[in-house]
Amino acid sequence: MSAFPVTRHSIVAAMRSTRPDERRSAFDSLVTAYWKPVFKYVRLKWHASPDDAADLTQGFFLRAFEKDFFAAFDPSRARFRTYLRTCLDGFVANARKADARLKRGGGVTLISIDFGEAERELGLQAANAVDDFDAYFHREWLRSLFASAADRLRHACAARGCADRFAVFEQYDLAADEIDRPTYAELARRLGLSPTDVTNELAAARREFRRLVLETLREQCATDEEFEAESRTLTG
Amino acid sequence: MISEPALDRLSAMFQRPDVTGTRYELISVLGRGGMGVVYLARDTVLDREVALKIVDRPPDEAHEANEARILARLEHPGIVPVHDFGQLPDGRLFYAMKRVRGDRLDRWMASGRDLADRLGVFLRVCEAVAFAHAHGVVHRDLKPENVMVGEFGEVLVLDWGVAQLRIEDCGVRIGEREPRIGEDDARIGHSIVGTPAYMAPEQERGDPAVDHRADVFALGAMLEAIADAVPVAAIARKARSEDPAARYQTVQALAMDVRRFLDGRAVEAHRERVVDRLARVGRRYRLPILLVLTYLVVRVLLLWLVRV
Repeated sequence: MSAFPVTRHSIVAAMRSTRPDERRSAFDSLVTAYWKPVFKYVRLKWHASPDDAADLTQGFFLRAFEKDFFAAFDPSRARFRTYLRTCLDGFVANARKADARLKRGGGVTLISIDFGEAERELGLQAANAVDDFDAYFHREWLRSLFASAADRLRHACAARGCADRFAVFEQYDLAADEIDRPTYAELARRLGLSPTDVTNELAAARREFRRLVLETLREQCATDEEFEAESRTLTG
Repeated sequence: MISEPALDRLSAMFQRPDVTGTRYELISVLGRGGMGVVYLARDTVLDREVALKIVDRPPDEAHEANEARILARLEHPGIVPVHDFGQLPDGRLFYAMKRVRGDRLDRWMASGRDLADRLGVFLRVCEAVAFAHAHGVVHRDLKPENVMVGEFGEVLVLDWGVAQLRIEDCGVRIGEREPRIGEDDARIGHSIVGTPAYMAPEQERGDPAVDHRADVFALGAMLEAIADAVPVAAIARKARSEDPAARYQTVQALAMDVRRFLDGRAVEAHRERVVDRLARVGRRYRLPILLVLTYLVVRVLLLWLVRV
């Protein structure tokens, strides 16, 4: 049994709660954090069609919820992300063997997931062959983590009446391409701010974004030690 | 959707700490050491370059300020000085140190130095480490990569990130210890830290009784890498004894033996054969021996000439 202190806000720890509503809520958060990396991973590693991958993703989370896969996670043995991917590989391999589409959860909707969006993202990503699926899953998880923190930042800025802060961050740091990326002066003109305001807002947004990423990460880790290791991976 | 360029940008942002609100601007990464990353930074107030170490550990860890506090206590020309200490907006701690220009000892040695120069640098490392020991600090990660040889010949021991303050070694009794400086985090104090090739067996085992003799062991391993002359190898072997009691009991004793070798005297760690002793004495007293021999030859010649 692990002697590590349990992170207070960990959704992985909440998966072991005795209260069903708490467990369900933690599970929903976990699906939100991981469904895209799972879907894309199944599409590419297992060469699944979009429909099949959507079906397998739903089926995987459904089975995980029914069988309490994630509650069995032992943080002293692996990172949660690695554990989830191992469970996923096992699930897809078994599902492929059984070839029992309906049993995999076909047609059953656990939570509302827009697989079309993930498919569009896959289309936008470079069509390079993936040879390291571990690294690929990590990168997709990171994308999902950053997207989630950016979303939280957007809501936080809107709630505090500082939409400019998010706008600066979105147009500068989240710009899709280097070519689309404005200069500070262009941003200032676009948003009707002074260049100094742009610098200050960007610094504040980055600070807040960093905090939100770490907060989101902390929720996804089972223990403080796992969080420490994950945040070290992030900070290099 | 976070695009590929945006993902790379955000990842890079995370790799590069936010130093807003401090007097520093990050320039580049100098290296990674125990517990953190060291950046080359500019102190915008004094307009000078510094080495800025950002500690990885989260702020609620008792250990995180250990290195800065330990270093701040150690004012010695062979120990890199700490200029400043503070906290980043994300909560991580940093400290600014003198930026040392020069070469790491391993690279410096690779550029072909003679034995006396190499041993001279080694003795300077010993002086710095002995000073730290006198203040109750054990480095615990001594290796050539943690020694800088400066442009002007200065020798500095770096990376005190896993150093440990041995309260009993600095004459402070437990009940009297200073509340923060002396706090030795049990996890750090008793955990396995260091670099395997230079790590003493007791350190490798995670033995809580690790003391300054672990540094004697590491210095022995360094000495082995520095020189392969027979007496020096014997000194290194003694310093690297498995049993701490069989090693030199202090860094000064180790340094003394190296000095004996440099002075052409017999070293404590090596029993010489008669022929080796004669050769060494011959080398050490070459000039007086030559003078005496010359005198004797001239004397014999003179006697012979007088008789003839």
